[in-house]
Amino acid sequence: MTQPEGLFGVTGSGDTSGFGGLVRKRPVQLEAQRPFGGWFDEVVDALEEAYPGFADAIERVVIDRGELTLHIVPAKIAEVCQVLRDDESLRYELCSSVSGVDYVTEERRLHVAYHLTSMTYRRRIRLECALTVADPRLPSVTSVYPTADWQERETYDMFGVVFEGHPNLTRILMPDDWDGHPQRKDYPLGGVPVEYKGAEIPPPDTRRAYR
Amino acid sequence: MSTPGYAQERETTEGKVFTVTGGDWDSLVSGVDPIHDERIVVNMGPQHPSTHGVLRLVLELEGETVTEARTVVGYLHTGIEKNMEYRTWTQGSTFVTRMDYLAPIFNETAYSLAVEKLLGIEDQITDRTTTIRVLMMELNRISSHLVWLATTGMELGALSMMIYGFREREFILDIFEMITGLRMNMAYVRPGGVAQDVPDEAVRKIREFLGFMPKRLKEYEDLLSGQPIWTARTKGIAVLDVTGCVALGVTGPVLRSAGLPWDLRKTMPYCGYETYEFDVPVAQTADVWGRYEVRLAEMRESLKLIEQALDRLKPGPIMVEDRKIAWPAQLAIGNDGLGNSLEHVAHIMGQSMESLIHHFKLVTEGFRVPAGQVYVPIEAPRGELGAHVVSDGGTRPFRVHMREPSFVNLQAIPAMAEGGLLADVIAGGASLDPVMGGCDR
Repeated sequence: MTQPEGLFGVTGSGDTSGFGGLVRKRPVQLEAQRPFGGWFDEVVDALEEAYPGFADAIERVVIDRGELTLHIVPAKIAEVCQVLRDDESLRYELCSSVSGVDYVTEERRLHVAYHLTSMTYRRRIRLECALTVADPRLPSVTSVYPTADWQERETYDMFGVVFEGHPNLTRILMPDDWDGHPQRKDYPLGGVPVEYKGAEIPPPDTRRAYR
Repeated sequence: MSTPGYAQERETTEGKVFTVTGGDWDSLVSGVDPIHDERIVVNMGPQHPSTHGVLRLVLELEGETVTEARTVVGYLHTGIEKNMEYRTWTQGSTFVTRMDYLAPIFNETAYSLAVEKLLGIEDQITDRTTTIRVLMMELNRISSHLVWLATTGMELGALSMMIYGFREREFILDIFEMITGLRMNMAYVRPGGVAQDVPDEAVRKIREFLGFMPKRLKEYEDLLSGQPIWTARTKGIAVLDVTGCVALGVTGPVLRSAGLPWDLRKTMPYCGYETYEFDVPVAQTADVWGRYEVRLAEMRESLKLIEQALDRLKPGPIMVEDRKIAWPAQLAIGNDGLGNSLEHVAHIMGQSMESLIHHFKLVTEGFRVPAGQVYVPIEAPRGELGAHVVSDGGTRPFRVHMREPSFVNLQAIPAMAEGGLLADVIAGGASLDPVMGGCDR
């Protein structure tokens, strides 16, 4: 991608919507303090006990709207998942979802969110890794959760996050020869001319006279 | 252009002339073992009637045995998640409903529950709203399972099943039309409530449906269960045990057919499902037959749930009271579909300037949602449907990701198909019930 350009010819802004520069800086998420309450303490304690590298791997613990989020050092994500899956008092057997979020105003703007489910204890947890655009790499969790295969491919496709050790990290939803990663915030909506029966429809940002 | 050795060429006055001899066939054929090298690659789809929409399978065959199966998806990618970031929170309903087009109510409900959790208004959702949501979801579950039964029947040779399945589904779609104004893609469940109240006429129609449906289900069972072809094509086919399901993230009827009663309505209840009386059907066979039995039984359980929901349907508001969130819900179904009711238009255009301003602000700009992120999973007909919704505090979603069961479940196709026969790929793939609109979003 070169200079990001959005709807109605908006340039020079992370906001590609064209609705008047409505880029907002995300409020700082406060680190939760102990006691977290409920079963959150149990899970964090169990992880701390089972995982020797806990202090180096966990960046912070956030509790918001009754959901527990652990921010993990990207390089450690596969190890943490392994412990979360195998430890008897954690048992996060199911990896529900892997996806990304692009917090465009932040330094480490590409976030990968893992939603894990413990079927044994009926609990859910979110793991989050923050990466820079310059070096968007982290280990793949496919060896722990085979189901992450396609979901990591989708995250790569949409955000350009490289999952190291993934068996076949290729695009999955976009065509193989697609340029750019569409879910990044600086990737505009539209901007691709569409050809239909010989007639070419211009991209939305060049379609209107009042751009 | 031509490679030496293939054909000799010489120039004539008529142009270039090639002399094709092809005399090396004997040496070529003698190098091939006719028994052990029957490996061929077959491309199935994306335009194939029995791959449920635009799913493409690349199969490596040895004789009729599949040695390798690769699944290619993405043909129906429409960028719904990206598009939602450019529309208001309420308009999001209109987008998510188009994902899994056989289960639109589930997409809307998962999304709306997530937005409500972000807003912190879960307690303000009225009883009638929740009951209507349950009612609509269970009707939708039946219609979705009916399409599964119909198409799978067709794919495995029971053509009449298709006609019957679609006949009953049509009845449910008529009920949907009566309630929401649309048969599919209704954008009916919205953050804060639902778009439109359930008319009495629809309640009568649902009662009528409850009256004849058990008999029809029995008919399907009579039609298929004892059928030798149906049994041969489903029993012991495409087996995937609990370990395989959990490792591959497969949820829903497929997981339950392997014997694990994991149903989010029971295990992690939402929308008050814990107060309803219903069972979670399971099978132990982990094959296509098991999935057929589970889905049939689930339709019966859904009928129970619908009946209970109808009994609970007490008059009341169908939107939250907060006027800063509630979409001007004075909607009515006119001759041309759902729109602002005439009374509402008369009110804002002729009586109250403030109402007009309020309506205008809410409709064009929308409401603001406090920053944060939530993940709300619900039990869709195909498994766990999760809505990961992120807000930055604005009037539009910052990011919406749907954990689509179709997308995740399709990863199981190689595990089910490899080592089996080509014909069983169809049965196995169909038993996952993938909807490509949901898979590719």
